[in-house]
Amino acid sequence: MIDDFLWTYQSLIDTIGINGLLALSLYIVLAIGQLSLGQAAFMGIGAYGSALLTSRLGWPFPLALAAAAALPAVAALLIGRPTSRLSGVYLALATIGFGEVLRVFYVNADFTGGALGLSGIPERAGFLWIYGTLATALGALTLLCRTRIGRAMDAMRQDEIAASVMGIDLARYKLGALVVSAALAGLAGAFNAHSSTSIAPGEFGFDAAVTILSFALLGGIGSPFGPVLGAVILTTLPELLRPLHDFRLVMNGLIIVLAVLFMPRGLLAWRIGRAR
Amino acid sequence: MLAQQMLNGLIVGATYALFALGFTLMFGVLRVINLTYGVYFSAGALIALAFTRNIAPTLWLALPAAALATGLLAVLLDALLLTRLRRAQAPELASLMVTLGATLLLYAVMTAALGTEIRRFPPGLAGTAIEAGGLRISGTQMLILITTFIMVGGLLYLLRRTRLGLAIRALAENPGAAQMMGVDAGRVVAFVSFASGALGGTAGVLIGLNYNAIQPYMGEAMMLKGFAVIIIGGLGDIGGALVAGLLLGVLEVLTAGYLASTLKDAVGFVLLVLTLWLRPDGLFGRSTIRRA
Repeated sequence: MIDDFLWTYQSLIDTIGINGLLALSLYIVLAIGQLSLGQAAFMGIGAYGSALLTSRLGWPFPLALAAAAALPAVAALLIGRPTSRLSGVYLALATIGFGEVLRVFYVNADFTGGALGLSGIPERAGFLWIYGTLATALGALTLLCRTRIGRAMDAMRQDEIAASVMGIDLARYKLGALVVSAALAGLAGAFNAHSSTSIAPGEFGFDAAVTILSFALLGGIGSPFGPVLGAVILTTLPELLRPLHDFRLVMNGLIIVLAVLFMPRGLLAWRIGRAR
Repeated sequence: MLAQQMLNGLIVGATYALFALGFTLMFGVLRVINLTYGVYFSAGALIALAFTRNIAPTLWLALPAAALATGLLAVLLDALLLTRLRRAQAPELASLMVTLGATLLLYAVMTAALGTEIRRFPPGLAGTAIEAGGLRISGTQMLILITTFIMVGGLLYLLRRTRLGLAIRALAENPGAAQMMGVDAGRVVAFVSFASGALGGTAGVLIGLNYNAIQPYMGEAMMLKGFAVIIIGGLGDIGGALVAGLLLGVLEVLTAGYLASTLKDAVGFVLLVLTLWLRPDGLFGRSTIRRA
């Protein structure tokens, strides 16, 4: 019975978990008051990188996963380093540009399979891998909220200048958050590639980046659970209500507009109580 | 051969400069990265296309009509999306996010209404090519040069020599003080939105003519060039955007000609990252003052 259910909805369940991870990866950046529109691109690096390693070079999946986290982290370091001292607008623009360039690259390069992408990727990422990683990341971030680092991140989001006066090294936190978030998005990409067994450049473009933002804004960034809930809702709804499926992008766009204008704290407006 | 390539590059660069000009003007005056800007680009091309096909096959009417319509669209979207945030003095990233959501929505609606197939202008709109001294310049390229020249000249005259221009510059410098001096902020905001929308729409028509391939998502690819140009030129710097636009056009054409045409689209991004590393305030930037 439960096996039947899992079998029928397996790909949806995997997708929900992967989108949860992506929303969480963006949360890490939003939590310090920055905006990265490169999550889809980092995901793409993880997906293409790990898929090439397992299907062409025969690497074992765990090793490919490690690479899927490391490669986007390096890319984040290169983009984040010069922007971490500038206003948040620069990071947002540089990361959109990064995603666009990568998309063009995937379409044109031979070893990434061009516009068709890669297929026949071994199916290695199951329920346990995906939800194990999601639970670990969620747990780690919830714990982090209660530490010195978590409070520093909170302070940065509320008032960057006041935070820096209190001795928080803004540039280091911005760079650190971007690198960790890129690694997490890369893992999500590897899971995506090894669960759906095929990937194409269009999955990692502008639409995907904005959709990830809509997860986070629907859920609200008061706690790490908000973005994950946003991802669950926005992934499940179009499946339940077929007419919504065609207007997915319209809906995601509308959610961002309404969330920023009218409910800046998101759907999950509560915060995790923390020790004082 | 090199001279012809340089000329082609400068003409492509002129459209980049024209496109980026409205984008950087919006940031310089309104302090908003308005991502719906790419939509005006697509809309401009689509409106001119509909005009030349259905009303009159002449660009002399279609181009101003497209510019007017995209200008009004920009005023409308700015009022709908940003008035509220401006009143609340929300941070820059909030307005960037709102326009991002709106952009996704607008592209999705345009695609649903028009489909993604590539449309083309009727042939022979822009006149015939001229050849002189071994250089060939097509009718479209002439149109691009003339239009860019007129629009850039007009904008610079307006900003430097008129009362409205003074009000715009005052508002960009210090909104509070400008309003105390009697500048009607609402009017200036509406005008700047109109001017940028019209610039974006015009660039859309010109590039649509140059490549003759029009579809709703064309503005999205263009935004990448827009980001590169306004960051290389320095955010909000009009002169910088002009130089950076021309530079990007020339480098792209040279890259396509001498290295590989697939690398062309990466040029802007590489320049963007280099600028962020080496001269984050843009080519002619002074170091920014951190405001509390």
